[in-house]
Amino acid sequence: MQEFWLILGMFLVTFGIRYVMFAFANSLKFSPRLEQALRYVPPTVLTAIIVPAVLYPHGEFFLSWRNPYLLAAIISIVLAFKTRDLLKTIAIGMLIFFILRYLLA
Amino acid sequence: MGYFPTKSSYKSFAMTVRGQKSDNWLQFKKGSVATLPLIVGAIPFGILFGTLAQQSGLSIIAAICMSFFVFAGSAQFIALGLVAAGASVPVIILTTFIVNIRHLLYSTALVPKIKHLPQSWRAVLSFGLTDETFAAVSQRYQSPDVTNAHWFYLGSVVAMWGNWQLCTWIGLALGSNIPGIESWGLEFAMVVTFIGVVVPYLSSWSMIVSVTVAGVLAILCIDLPHNSGLIVAALSGISVGLLCDNLISTHLNKGSI
Repeated sequence: MQEFWLILGMFLVTFGIRYVMFAFANSLKFSPRLEQALRYVPPTVLTAIIVPAVLYPHGEFFLSWRNPYLLAAIISIVLAFKTRDLLKTIAIGMLIFFILRYLLA
Repeated sequence: MGYFPTKSSYKSFAMTVRGQKSDNWLQFKKGSVATLPLIVGAIPFGILFGTLAQQSGLSIIAAICMSFFVFAGSAQFIALGLVAAGASVPVIILTTFIVNIRHLLYSTALVPKIKHLPQSWRAVLSFGLTDETFAAVSQRYQSPDVTNAHWFYLGSVVAMWGNWQLCTWIGLALGSNIPGIESWGLEFAMVVTFIGVVVPYLSSWSMIVSVTVAGVLAILCIDLPHNSGLIVAALSGISVGLLCDNLISTHLNKGSI
């Protein structure tokens, strides 16, 4: 019974957060200022997810050239700038990551 | 063309309808495929969730239902930890709220893109608004042609959600025979995909400064509880970006640049 309430509560809270803006989308009027701010959401949030994932690969701070996550991430950034191609960036980036991981292990 | 439909206008109408249908399906498939690297990145977490669920004392059916209905990776992991620590249900639900508050940023950012859709669509699409789908969809909405993009979004949601169920079951089936999949480095697929999505945004100084601030603050605030460092980092990055935009435009108005 405890588990039923736990899951119902977690569902309501999670879905509520995700749905509330969509539900009232028509009655929301965004100022140009807010619309400008929203353009920054994807790059900032995704960066705030990536950087800790790369610098804390196993839960501990690892700022070193021996960190394959960090090296491969830096190379992937260069790749993304050079190729401007998402699929190429992912494919080559993953390959480089696995090679580095093998070499640095 | 007259009032009465001619044979050829029927034909073109039928072709349009069929064309739209295949376009929708094409977009759906594109959305699933675009999410594929993010799915690879999520596999170890899904399996790990399944294996840890039993150790934390959650029943199998509860673990399956949690992945099915809640569908929020980090919140599910934190909930497992709290269940194992014997936390009360209200505490776990409140923590879930804090961990998932970042989704409010995602949905707000997507409001202009989905406001033309019926409520049923919006409900389904919002249910599947994970970090991964947000990344895939943001990239999709960067392109000038966004007709049928909601089918792309749906494709991403279905693929992500289906994979999450499958991985949860695999993890539950493996139980304590932990396969060590979390040490394979598959999660780098998520990192490299996010990098590929973020880089095209970096076309102005405001954006570069904003993203740098977000990245640095994400590290400085890493010890804040329940992922709230992420929110601090993102909001700071956004504010600094806007500030830069303002500075640049006032300078432009003065004619000093």
